[in-house]
Amino acid sequence: MTYSNTEIWTIIGVMAVATYLVRFSFLGLVGNRKMPDWVLRHLRYTPVAVIPGLIAPLVVWPDATGGETDPVRLVAALATVTVAWWRGNMLWGAFAGATTFGILTWLT
Amino acid sequence: MSTSTTKSAFREGLLTGLPFILVGVPFAVLFGLVATEAGMSVAQVISFSTVVFAGASQLTALQMMNEAAPVWVVIATAMAVNLRMAMYSASLQPHLGAAPLWQRALIAYINVDASYAISIQKYEAAPEMSVPQRVAYFVGTIIVMAPLWVIGSYVGAVAGGALPESIALDFAMPILFLAVVAPMVKTLAHLAAAVTSVVAAMAFSFLPSGIGILFAAFLAMAVGAEIERRRAL
Repeated sequence: MTYSNTEIWTIIGVMAVATYLVRFSFLGLVGNRKMPDWVLRHLRYTPVAVIPGLIAPLVVWPDATGGETDPVRLVAALATVTVAWWRGNMLWGAFAGATTFGILTWLT
Repeated sequence: MSTSTTKSAFREGLLTGLPFILVGVPFAVLFGLVATEAGMSVAQVISFSTVVFAGASQLTALQMMNEAAPVWVVIATAMAVNLRMAMYSASLQPHLGAAPLWQRALIAYINVDASYAISIQKYEAAPEMSVPQRVAYFVGTIIVMAPLWVIGSYVGAVAGGALPESIALDFAMPILFLAVVAPMVKTLAHLAAAVTSVVAAMAFSFLPSGIGILFAAFLAMAVGAEIERRRAL
């Protein structure tokens, strides 16, 4: 490692302030004002627009296999999504996915 | 609104957040381990986890440091990973904007993937929740994980190589997040947005960490909003 203590503390300090400002941004500054309808219409899709894209590479190119696509993980992910959607419940989905992953890993 | 319903919202958030400890604690330990190996002191590791409180960006910073990148490149690359949280912040505003400033300031600090995803699905499923209930729920989702994140980083930093190789917990994170988001797919517009997000994120995966997901998310939000608009015409 080629960084001095000052440099490390700078990285930590700047990241702390910048990360906080990113998180505070809209929630803090817009406050209770109503945003325009077209903005709200887009924001309604934030969770389904961010989380699937964040997770998909982890499912298709998992680190644990060195990025090699693993049928066990694909099937377990599919089981998770299907059951969570069908039951409308996170825990059922997670349970189905974990069980599928466990059984298939044990079998293969 | 009575105190007991705020309390029950808090308790429900807390219970829903518990499974995420399975993901968060090993991640925290891993961070502490990698950070020490990269030359950080224990005090620096603990400070990093406490004041930044954003695991993926913390690990990204370490990766860049291992590659001996200039300080500003380390910061810029790690911050790119956190930009999606501006979207979380905007998406929470319609639900939490009426809360007092100090509560919004607190939620900004604890607004991470897990607390955001769990809370927003709850707000959408239960629009009748009062603002204090929403705040209590949000705090509940992360109140156990937050101290464990810092403690886990500390354990990783001091115990380091003495820890056993973890079992296949790497897949707990995809499973939990997929399980949170799947029930939120309620209309064709949601489905189209989710599919766009997956396809675009993978297509943009050659871009620096955190940038691809931003473009993918903008595209997916536009697709969802456009379908909603046309169906409403």
